[in-house]
Amino acid sequence: MTSVAVPAPHVAAAAHAKTGLWSWITTVDHKRIGILYFVTAFIFFLAGGIEATMMRIQLAAPNATFVDARTFNALFTMHGTTMVFLALMPLSAAFFNFVVPLQLGARDVAFPRLNAFSYWVFLLGGLFLNSSWLFKAAPDTGWFGYANLTSKTFSPGHAVDFWMLGLQILGIASLAAAFNFIVTILNLRAPGMTFMRMPIFCWMTLVTSFLIILAFPVITVALVLLMFDRFTGTSFFVPAGGGDPVLWQHLFWIFGHPEVYILILPAMGIVSEVLPTFSRKPLFGYPFVVYSGLFIGILGFGVWSHHMFSVGLGPIADSVFAITTMLIAIPTGVKIFNWIATLWGGHIRPTTAFHFAVGFIAMFILGGLSGIEHASPPADLQQTDTYFVVAHFHYVLFGGTILGIFAGIYYWFPKVTGRLLSEGLGKIHFWLTMLGFNLTFFPMHLLGLWGMPRRIYTYDKGLGFDTLNLVCTIGAFVLVISTLVFIVNMLKSIRGGKPSGPDPWDARTIEWSIPSPPPEYNFAEIPTIEHRDDLWERKRSGKGPYPQPANAHVHMPNPSYWPLVTAIGILLFFIGLMLSIYLAIFGFVFTAFGIYRWAFEPAG
Amino acid sequence: MSEAAHSTPQGEHPAKEHAHPGAGEYLRIAAILTVITAVEVAVFYIPAMAQWLVPTLLVLSAVKFVLVVMFYMHLKFDHPTFSWLFTLGLTIAAGIIISLMLLFDAFVRFHNMHPAG
Amino acid sequence: MATAAAAADHHYTTTGLNSRKMLFWTFLGSECMFFGSLISTYLVYKNHSTTGPYPHEVLNIPLTSISAFVLLMSSLTMVLALAGVQRDRIGQAKLWLAATAFLGMIFIGNQVYEFHHFVTSEGLTLQKNLFGASFFVLTGFHGAHVTVGVIWLLSLLIMAFSGKLSSKNSLDVEIAGLYWHFVDIVWIGIFTLIYLIQ
Repeated sequence: MTSVAVPAPHVAAAAHAKTGLWSWITTVDHKRIGILYFVTAFIFFLAGGIEATMMRIQLAAPNATFVDARTFNALFTMHGTTMVFLALMPLSAAFFNFVVPLQLGARDVAFPRLNAFSYWVFLLGGLFLNSSWLFKAAPDTGWFGYANLTSKTFSPGHAVDFWMLGLQILGIASLAAAFNFIVTILNLRAPGMTFMRMPIFCWMTLVTSFLIILAFPVITVALVLLMFDRFTGTSFFVPAGGGDPVLWQHLFWIFGHPEVYILILPAMGIVSEVLPTFSRKPLFGYPFVVYSGLFIGILGFGVWSHHMFSVGLGPIADSVFAITTMLIAIPTGVKIFNWIATLWGGHIRPTTAFHFAVGFIAMFILGGLSGIEHASPPADLQQTDTYFVVAHFHYVLFGGTILGIFAGIYYWFPKVTGRLLSEGLGKIHFWLTMLGFNLTFFPMHLLGLWGMPRRIYTYDKGLGFDTLNLVCTIGAFVLVISTLVFIVNMLKSIRGGKPSGPDPWDARTIEWSIPSPPPEYNFAEIPTIEHRDDLWERKRSGKGPYPQPANAHVHMPNPSYWPLVTAIGILLFFIGLMLSIYLAIFGFVFTAFGIYRWAFEPAG
Repeated sequence: MSEAAHSTPQGEHPAKEHAHPGAGEYLRIAAILTVITAVEVAVFYIPAMAQWLVPTLLVLSAVKFVLVVMFYMHLKFDHPTFSWLFTLGLTIAAGIIISLMLLFDAFVRFHNMHPAG
Repeated sequence: MATAAAAADHHYTTTGLNSRKMLFWTFLGSECMFFGSLISTYLVYKNHSTTGPYPHEVLNIPLTSISAFVLLMSSLTMVLALAGVQRDRIGQAKLWLAATAFLGMIFIGNQVYEFHHFVTSEGLTLQKNLFGASFFVLTGFHGAHVTVGVIWLLSLLIMAFSGKLSSKNSLDVEIAGLYWHFVDIVWIGIFTLIYLIQ
């Protein structure tokens, strides 16, 4: 049963253009910002994929000379940094932006200009970081930048500066977005939408946002200390001056562990929307999924030193963190059982989105199994710094997050564009991805346990690594092909896909009650919510569509360029820190100028 | 959260918000803060208090902290949501400080050998 | 449930709480983590300096006690400023806003003096030892926060003189106040943990 077409209400005449470059530059519309995030993040995802493919070519055979050691180090550093900060997080942000206000029944996020600001800072930060390639100064000290390899002594030149300052810029973007979404989710829910009636994707966005605002300040401080070491000669991480490189590790991982939950929770949220829709059943154990998410978030701050089991923390510290790490597997397991129970007895509609969501469950379980093995310090001493760990995190981040994101893309593409992606190409994309992904990463479990270390640019023959490495590389190329299939699907479907209508999936949540793509103001009249999965209940109760007034005067906030101006100021400030104090001062003043004009801009 | 959201337009101040502490109350708090600060400094200088220095100072400064947050920042009279938003960050921050101090043996006063393995 | 009408209201919020105020408290929660990490660094590196000067040699408790007191009093003047704005007593608001900014500037002045004294007379620099590094970075960031606060207050003062401040936008002053008090309570922490507990 599909919903009734909504007559378009009269919208207050817009004084500003709706098309053209300037309208995108000054947009404060969450839907457009979501699209900007998606396109930018996807391009960075391709960049990270190219970096990975180059590494796989180098490792396809022993003693290869496709790239030299320094380049290889830069490749794995930039691949990791790009995938984490420029691809996965912003892809999730694309969904936060587009979907959350629609699921809440809101017209936009709480602070539309702050939202635009987050995007521009992200874009400029990503460009800044990647510009390092052009200057032959791509960072090469790992995505985790361990001290004191990152000190001026061992890393003279600007490579580490690009990484260090780039992450500071990106941190600002993430923080701004997270503050915005917390307030949006707390304060802009439609009337009647209590927390326990809110879609799970919004819950996961909320938890993720709290993780961001609590974890990013810690890496900000770590990077600040590194900045002082590199730019002013302090000894925070320099042993000769009394500093302890292990402090870097602690500060980094106090951020870094919550960061991996930041990476996975949004995808879990997506899966929690997709599975019920295509099982035609409510999410099993909704409260448990909510509480598990909360528990994972909180406990996620208590496990960080499991990344440091080989550093010599001592048996007490090791034991404490081993226990907390094992504990955190529990709420994760709870979610998995709830998803499976959702499928059980459901009337399955096996769309591509559904395939990716189920693929997520399967691959994430495998990633979780290798993960729980690392939780034991003695076992981890064998596994750490080997390809076993590389296998683990790719299973959870690619097999988990990326598959979840693809599920979200196939699911919400119709809402964004008004057209469906091709199911035929989608299935091909899915199966090629599953094949390529498992070919690439499954052998790494074996390689790791057989002793192949991480972050090596080559290996000798006769160690038993040759065949499996070749298999991994073949898998990588299968993934390249699968990605091309996906790109073709997207490009074809944006204009030529089957029109979807508002509710192609007979879905459960209220974003499917409005047109595809939604009008600028989203809802002509904000709906009143009476149930969880309110749209589903409404369709089945015979209540008819939500009331839509024929003439709604909806005033939307004005566009603004001050977010972009402020973002440029921030970029100039950080470039200045690297190059010239005068530029830094100018950037600071420019930023302040942008903030003042923003603050005193007439309200939209 | 509430069943039917009371959609209070932000312009209104619910009656209880008008129970702002008055200037007199603020001055009283300021006086208490001054006295506590004076006591802290005194404790610092009195040799007899040396062994009680740390716990005393921690308690006294915590009291000042709470007074400013509850009264000057108005958290006592505001909606609990604001308290939760602040306390969450504060608690995790305190946890991090204590954990790092434990991990670096900062509580170990007499450091005569490398930390036990 | 007159909810549709309420939701159409520009200022509707689910919780009934102001979104900007909510944003700001969330920000302060985040700032706790920022300063918490800096304080952790200081405390972890206490007693790790390979060379002097050491805290007990250079920290000036009497002077710092006075500046701590000054900052505490500036919180008093801040709430009085807010009370003035909320009651549309803009003359009072101007007085107390100016007083707060002034006290803030005295605090900064003392910080500048202290830094200068440490560097030129005590030989304590950022690079000298871990005490210097962690002390200057921690108190320097705090001082930078105070400076931003002073600029914010002066901006409000200018708004007051331009007739742009009234009980209608008292929230602007309230939020500035939250920032200012936060900077004060961070100093309460720093004063105790760095200066008094050596």
